[in-house]
Amino acid sequence: MSTASLERPGGARRRRRRVLKRRAWDLLGIALFVVLVFPVYWMVTTAFKPDDEINSAEPTWFSLSPTLQHFRDAIARPYFWDIVQNSLIVVLVAVGASMVLAFLAAVALAKYRFTGQKVFVVLMLGILMLPTVGLVIPLYVVLARFHLTNALTGVIITYMTFTLPFAVYMLRGFILGVPKELEESAMVDGSSRLGAFVRILLPLVAPGLVATSLFAFITAWNEYVFASVLLTDQSNHTITVWLSYFYGTSRNTDWGGLMAASTLTAIPVVVFFLIVQRRIAFGLTSGAVKG
Amino acid sequence: MSRRPAPQVAAVAAEPLTLGARQRRPLTLRRVGSAAVPYLLVAPVVIAIAAVLGYPLYKLVTLSFQRYGLPELIQRKGEWVGLDNFRSVLGDEVFWDTLVRTIVFTAVNVALTMVLGLLLALLLVRLSTPVRVLLTTGLVLAWSMPVVVAVQVWIWMTNFQNGILNYTLTTLGVGDYFQHDWYATTFSKLAMVTLLIVWGALPFVVLSLYAGLSQVPRELLEAASIDGASSWRVFRDVTYPVLKPILYILTSLSIIWDFGVFTQAYLLIGASQVNVDNYLMGVYVFIEGYGHSDFGRGAAISVLWLLIVALLSVFYVRKMVRMEETA
Repeated sequence: MSTASLERPGGARRRRRRVLKRRAWDLLGIALFVVLVFPVYWMVTTAFKPDDEINSAEPTWFSLSPTLQHFRDAIARPYFWDIVQNSLIVVLVAVGASMVLAFLAAVALAKYRFTGQKVFVVLMLGILMLPTVGLVIPLYVVLARFHLTNALTGVIITYMTFTLPFAVYMLRGFILGVPKELEESAMVDGSSRLGAFVRILLPLVAPGLVATSLFAFITAWNEYVFASVLLTDQSNHTITVWLSYFYGTSRNTDWGGLMAASTLTAIPVVVFFLIVQRRIAFGLTSGAVKG
Repeated sequence: MSRRPAPQVAAVAAEPLTLGARQRRPLTLRRVGSAAVPYLLVAPVVIAIAAVLGYPLYKLVTLSFQRYGLPELIQRKGEWVGLDNFRSVLGDEVFWDTLVRTIVFTAVNVALTMVLGLLLALLLVRLSTPVRVLLTTGLVLAWSMPVVVAVQVWIWMTNFQNGILNYTLTTLGVGDYFQHDWYATTFSKLAMVTLLIVWGALPFVVLSLYAGLSQVPRELLEAASIDGASSWRVFRDVTYPVLKPILYILTSLSIIWDFGVFTQAYLLIGASQVNVDNYLMGVYVFIEGYGHSDFGRGAAISVLWLLIVALLSVFYVRKMVRMEETA
């Protein structure tokens, strides 16, 4: 915009131009929304479309005769319920254990000062940055020695450890967010440190604990590399590994079934993510934005 | 040991135990005990990480100096071969080709993610509220998609027969993409991977930058535009300085993540199609180490790769720790 046009009298015209400009931006925004969400939309609609609509050269943008057949097929596949059970066991046990350990460490980081504290924080952040594929080989060799390959236990231990750094980091933030005065006043009232901790700190940190658990759940549920290497038997697979084998050859793929299976895999993650996103997803950039 | 009144105990524990304080006060059993509390609390995490992460990492380094294949895995004993594995890897053209390809791939992905992310964040500020809520919701939805699921959707959308991408491009008149195979050349394979990665990475970048933009003082923006500053100057002199720390962090995170990418490249290109012509470092490490059961040589590649990632991470970790100290 040149300076001259801004200084020219005629407020009405300027306002109209501003409205038009905003309309144009809005239009662009809607177009980008369509592009960004399209993959998700296409997954869900394909899952509900009858086969002839999926395999036609002319795509059906919105099916008028939706079917549940693909979901029935996906669930009827061998081992489906075993796999759901595996994923749930692995994720729940790993996240449960991880939360207990992470919470203890987070309390130490937030409420005490001790030598080596900074090293510990740096270590947590550093580990968070390690690409997991780099550790697959030695972990496989080590777990093979203890006969923990092709067993859920090996994966549980692995997931528990790999969700720790982020959980510690997040929980520390939540605990630091509790005003110190609250705890102190409880202690002045005669409660012990442990009493103050249980009665004051825990309830206040509970939402953060839930959010962190859900985030760890998502991470573990989505994990693919370790599960695919450590679990060889089909009946031992987790849901991401199962999904990765779903797709057969590029010809005659059951696209409807694949998209139904994808939708089923994504549902718990999407639901949990929508719940916790606001609270936690920016953990890795906290400090750069003071919100 | 005498029982102290509770508040006093609390005061001792609540006060940070600095080195100076420790020297001044007499060393009692109780004080030693309370000094040990944080270490006891941290211990389980340290032990778990040392056992499940530290030990394999140590194992990785020792493996990289050994000949370790399937026979050695069964006998549980590798043969020490010194630097042979490293010599073999560093003398291998495949390693250098893969490294260069991964660097170019990372540069393209990070540049696309950051530029598009910044443009989208700047757009968000200019939208009317309903459209902004719509676009933000769309971003969160895209963000929430599991990687393995997104890969399957990509395979379906870019399928040569009935893929929606070919149909759309042909219908829009971009060209004749009827039955176009997007996985025919290395370039187009990696382009599809790029598309998938940028789509998956954008929401985090856009929403972080958008949060950062809310920190830009409104009065300053208004004053600048009343003074007749061009949009570019307003961005450069008012917006950019506020966004700088968050841009730095997001860029370094993107570099680390894209350099370490595995799942998207491996699954989208397909286990049967990944080869020396289209390896990225993550896939290379996986195939050479695990797929070929040559654990020693694979470990050597892993060690080199992890060293590079660790080096890249230094910038990020340092910045995070510094920001915490000033916060």
